[in-house]
Amino acid sequence: MIAAIASPVVVGAIIGAVMLVMMMAIVIAIMMARSLLVAIILMSIYSLASALWLLTMDAADVSFTEAVVGAGVSTLIALGAILLTRSEAKTISWRGQIAPSLVALAVGGLLVYAAFDLPNLGDAASPANAYVGRIYMSQASRDVGAANVVTAILSSYRGFDTLGETTVIFAAGIGVALMLGFGERALQDIPRAAFEAAPGGEDISDHHTVLRVTAKLLIPLMSIYAFYVQFHGDLSPGGGFQAGVIMAVAIILHALVFGLHDTMEAIPPQLTRGIAASGVLLYAGIGLANLINGGRFLDYDHLLPRRFEARLPDSALAGGHHLWGQHFGILGVELGIFLTVAATMVTIFYAFAGRISDPVEPPHARAA
Amino acid sequence: MTEVLQTIGGSLALAGALLAVIGALGVIRFPDFYTRIHAASITDTGGATLVLAGLAMVSGLTLITVKLVIIWMFVMLTSPTATHALANAAFGSGEGPLLGSWRLVSSRSSNRAGR
Repeated sequence: MIAAIASPVVVGAIIGAVMLVMMMAIVIAIMMARSLLVAIILMSIYSLASALWLLTMDAADVSFTEAVVGAGVSTLIALGAILLTRSEAKTISWRGQIAPSLVALAVGGLLVYAAFDLPNLGDAASPANAYVGRIYMSQASRDVGAANVVTAILSSYRGFDTLGETTVIFAAGIGVALMLGFGERALQDIPRAAFEAAPGGEDISDHHTVLRVTAKLLIPLMSIYAFYVQFHGDLSPGGGFQAGVIMAVAIILHALVFGLHDTMEAIPPQLTRGIAASGVLLYAGIGLANLINGGRFLDYDHLLPRRFEARLPDSALAGGHHLWGQHFGILGVELGIFLTVAATMVTIFYAFAGRISDPVEPPHARAA
Repeated sequence: MTEVLQTIGGSLALAGALLAVIGALGVIRFPDFYTRIHAASITDTGGATLVLAGLAMVSGLTLITVKLVIIWMFVMLTSPTATHALANAAFGSGEGPLLGSWRLVSSRSSNRAGR
């Protein structure tokens, strides 16, 4: 009896039900929240809960992405955006809420109706497991050579889709920058150093020493972790998207703690937009290199020139594929994703945060 | 030996979970902001430490333990800093601590003592 209850399927179902109820409660709390700040924090908690839920379903890569994108950087960007607007939601009379509620209920009902057609969890006969998915699972190690099948599918089998996703992120960054600018106004602000240099003035040392020290410890660690996630993506959950977001969060943390001006001097907006573009260029360029070498677009078998590949150790074909070509192709493509994602996130944050900063004059200038 | 370690680890993790519940209770029941974040900080330092120690016991001496220790160091760096930043921001914006004595009143009349 106890063994039946403790079986992984039952435990998984109970955990899944608990997580879903929790997520539903958070969503209701988001709807009830009048303060936008509270709503943003609750949405971050919702993302963490859904990341946990995805993890219980063994979708480690998706869970990782949800945690860093949903709970991490989008919360930060939303916090930057909320400072540009009012922090309270507008109260709408119940009459004005009827039509949106009806639309929401109709869409929700349709989604629930559609959910009945979804296959069961782990159903071997479901389309995702039956046709091309089964081939990917059985042949990825031979075709691509990456231990993490998700990375193999994402950047080799479905490399063209991922190129599209990277371009979408780049386009989103361009869109935000077109509407809000690049936030370069913050570069004209007085740097923080000017405040500290007040000669003979009153003590204006701030109360954020603990934050500064901890941030100084954390930012290098976060950057190293980003590179670990980046280059370990072949072997474990992770890859360019997650690593790029972690890198961007490290830079945004610097901006939050040390001031936007100091961050923009270290990593100017001109640089981030250039890097964002060059990441997409690197990705598409690797695809074109295959074309030049006689293969298909993004077919990494033809990435390396034959004479160069012959000199590499173990350069024999595996199942008719050039594993070195696949290896370098995935590495380069993931690097392109990393550059674009990190730089685009920072560009978007600059665009939001750069509009907030009011030019402040240092206190000693005011006193003079 | 493994059995003993598993039992100790499980109990430690359970104690950590209990601390998290206590912390959540404190956030709801304590009278003012500073006592509340004090309760919340128990959750993410004491509770997290106990849970991570329990998990380390269960996993034995493997690479997972090393990762758990790194996670613990990260939590011990960030959580107190976050609590400090919260308290600092609250004090900076003029939120004073609740001083003097307060007593539990029945929830029917009012549970906002001292305000």
